Amino acid sequence: MSDPGAPRSDAPLLHRRFAARASELREVREAVRREALAQGCAPECAGDIVIAVDEACQNIIRHAYAGRSDGEIVLEIARSGEEILVTLRDFAPPVDPSRVRPRDLDDLRPGGLGTHLIRELTDGCGFAPAPPGGGNLFRMRKRIRKHEEPA
Amino acid sequence: MKHSLREEGGAVVASLSGDVDLESSPRARELLLALVRDGRKVLVDLSGVGYIDSSGVASLIEAFQLARRAGTGFALVAPTPSALRVLELARLDRVFTIHATLADAL
Repeated sequence: MSDPGAPRSDAPLLHRRFAARASELREVREAVRREALAQGCAPECAGDIVIAVDEACQNIIRHAYAGRSDGEIVLEIARSGEEILVTLRDFAPPVDPSRVRPRDLDDLRPGGLGTHLIRELTDGCGFAPAPPGGGNLFRMRKRIRKHEEPA
Repeated sequence: MKHSLREEGGAVVASLSGDVDLESSPRARELLLALVRDGRKVLVDLSGVGYIDSSGVASLIEAFQLARRAGTGFALVAPTPSALRVLELARLDRVFTIHATLADAL
């Protein structure tokens, strides 16, 4: 019932297609948290994945779709060994990855923090080659940190 | 996100609760900027905030900067562990004045 070893999962554990709107993100966060916990992540680890997914969705909403309200996002969560793999697909014009950089933290401007948080909270992230049909593909991976063992 | 306001010891205490996210942070921003413009010391009680994202943090930064320019007080009070985590990751725990309790802040 506990750890079945290193489960293979080619099929996504979670597949969700939703409107690229701020009002959708609360439900997305809840779904991501549920799935991360179901995969054995400790609450803090699940919380980190939730923030990373939320911030990546915000980047899509604010920058890729840039205010358009008819865009869509496809979220997939899969597992590979002891890692959670997150893929976010959008259908916006291609994003120039060099423009998606964490800001200098000494520069105390509101905004621009999301990309920094994503990098801090994941064990790897980046844009994958544009999928057929256009849009952008952003991937993140996070090692599963399980519940603390009692001392 | 919900909020409530009260006065205490010459400061206005703005208690935020729930999720301060992309949907609700514009309201947090307007609220905090208006309070700072009133000229009083503003204490933002984060003890009820279950989730705050970069847009919520940006609202806090804007209000903090406005208060600094105006020379009025601005501090955060009792952030939850999840809120504190985001502030620390953003390295803002050293920028903001953060009090563990409201009593400490007054």
